[in-house]
Amino acid sequence: MTALLRAEGVCKAFGGVQALNDCSIEVEQGSIAGLIGPNGSGKTTLFNMITGYGRVDTGDVWLGDRKITNLPPDKVFGHGIGRTFQLTRVFSRLTVMENMIVGAHHSERTDAQGPRRFRNPLARAGGPATRRRAMELLEFTGIADHAGALAETLSYGQRKLLELSYVLMAGPAIMLLDEPAGGVNPTLIGTISDRIRQLNAQGTTFLIVEHNMDFVMGLCDQVTVLDYGNAVVSGPPEMIRTDRRVLDAYLGTAEDDDDDD
Amino acid sequence: MSGDPGGQLTAGRWRAGSMLATPNSRGWAVAAVLLLIAVIFPQVVTNQVVTQIAVDTMLFVAAAVAWNLFSGFSGYISLGHAVFFGTGAYTVGIAAEKWHITGNMEFALLPLAALAAGVVAVPFGLIALRVRRHTFVVVTIAVFFIFQLMAFNLKITGGSVGISAPFLTWAPETFNIPFYYMGLVLAAGVALLSWLIRGSRFGLQLRAIRDDEDRARGLGVRAMRVKLAAFVISGVVTGLVGAVWLFFIGQVLPQYGFDPIFDLSVALMAFFGGFGTLWGPILGALLLEPVEQYLTLQVSNSYASELVWGTLFLLVILFLSRGVIPIAGEKATARRARRERRRAGQPAAAPPTAGSAGTALPGSAEAGAPSGRSTR
Repeated sequence: MTALLRAEGVCKAFGGVQALNDCSIEVEQGSIAGLIGPNGSGKTTLFNMITGYGRVDTGDVWLGDRKITNLPPDKVFGHGIGRTFQLTRVFSRLTVMENMIVGAHHSERTDAQGPRRFRNPLARAGGPATRRRAMELLEFTGIADHAGALAETLSYGQRKLLELSYVLMAGPAIMLLDEPAGGVNPTLIGTISDRIRQLNAQGTTFLIVEHNMDFVMGLCDQVTVLDYGNAVVSGPPEMIRTDRRVLDAYLGTAEDDDDDD
Repeated sequence: MSGDPGGQLTAGRWRAGSMLATPNSRGWAVAAVLLLIAVIFPQVVTNQVVTQIAVDTMLFVAAAVAWNLFSGFSGYISLGHAVFFGTGAYTVGIAAEKWHITGNMEFALLPLAALAAGVVAVPFGLIALRVRRHTFVVVTIAVFFIFQLMAFNLKITGGSVGISAPFLTWAPETFNIPFYYMGLVLAAGVALLSWLIRGSRFGLQLRAIRDDEDRARGLGVRAMRVKLAAFVISGVVTGLVGAVWLFFIGQVLPQYGFDPIFDLSVALMAFFGGFGTLWGPILGALLLEPVEQYLTLQVSNSYASELVWGTLFLLVILFLSRGVIPIAGEKATARRARRERRRAGQPAAAPPTAGSAGTALPGSAEAGAPSGRSTR
């Protein structure tokens, strides 16, 4: 097995706070990897560093053989890394279909670079093929009925599904999901994990940050635990569940300090 | 010019939320009728005071639509578009003077105004578009004042005396007519361009940037390029408007070439009609510019008209910041939904497709909520 995504010794400080401290992780091609850790352990910061939403102080990020350290977000996306955000972000005053078409722009651009390099900048957004693909994905995630509605009219869970759908429009090699089950009702959580499994079976690799332990342990092949910006342990779920260092990280060394979910 | 891209995207379903609430065909019909009226207007009305106001109005329609196709679509509110207006005016004025161009030949200089405004827009955009929201607004104002100061102090701009355009030996009674049609061509052209952009990939990327720029970048949108392109297009059109205005007025002084009231006016017109919509800036300019011109002519003290203008701006931003067209569209949608519900005999909640646009909010609530949004 080869590592599709690799972070090597990434450090990032915000003022005096060392958010990431010599953090290294690897995500195998074709796997569903989990990233857990207490609040403030640097999970989202690591996502930001990988996807270009901030610059690393030291360290490197690799996608396969390609070094993508500190590339801007649009380039990172172009190389095949899609991500969702912890606080779901959709284009609220575009329709659901328009949201999908924004996600398709990159792949449309790549397609057009074959025989004809020049594209008419004023061409209508979203050709029939793009719309068809968008409808397929919306049906896959179960929000196809809302294709014509403004994204701001969707419920929170539906927005999560939309975010997942439009990132999929470009067919990324790896998806970074930041708390896909956060604030979502149990039925929808089931739907989301089913869809992740299906996509994974079709070849998409996943790296998932999540606090819902059942979700992570049920879905992931490999789980990495972050604590104080450092990857303290990595292994299959059954190993992580019983690892002493994980319990320390979550519960702290003081005994009754059980305030984490 | 209604060309509702939403209509295509939603397979015939149209929405009131972000643009004029008419299906495609009705929008085109309105555009055709308006254009027809505009074309025959100077044949019917020959009063020179009225046609002069009409010329100004046409120029402001073009300027407001140009402003809106950058600021309205991207959410970056520019209060520095007078930089392009002044650059266009000064460029043709200086060029005509240096190259001794006289009479009708001056109109051959128009492409130069477009070019100059475009050349100014690139560095202006590269600097200003690095920052967002309020900071962006402040930077555009700062750049504007730099240009006004330069116009006052440089030798080439003639300082506070300004620059005169070549003299046109046209008969005074028909003097306004060619300018009116020039303004009309500019206005219709930029409205068409605005419609094309709004439905295009480029326009969709602009609107995605307006809603959430960082998210758009994470979907492969090259935000800086997209924003800069819109800024330059907008600037080029505004520069052309400035040049035609100079030929019409005959002289440019620094405080009128680089006029803060211009910045305020185009923004006010777009907000009044409907920020980010296709028809908003057109309606806003058609309604407000004649009012401003009338005020200026009627009230001998020019400060009084500026006072009224400023007050109007405040009122619009406070109570009408979504613009009359979107609000009217929502009211119409809500009324239709109510009627359908009554016919169906079930007083249930609004249908889901109507969404936020369909729910009948009181006007003040509608205007209050998005005022923060509009600065995005």
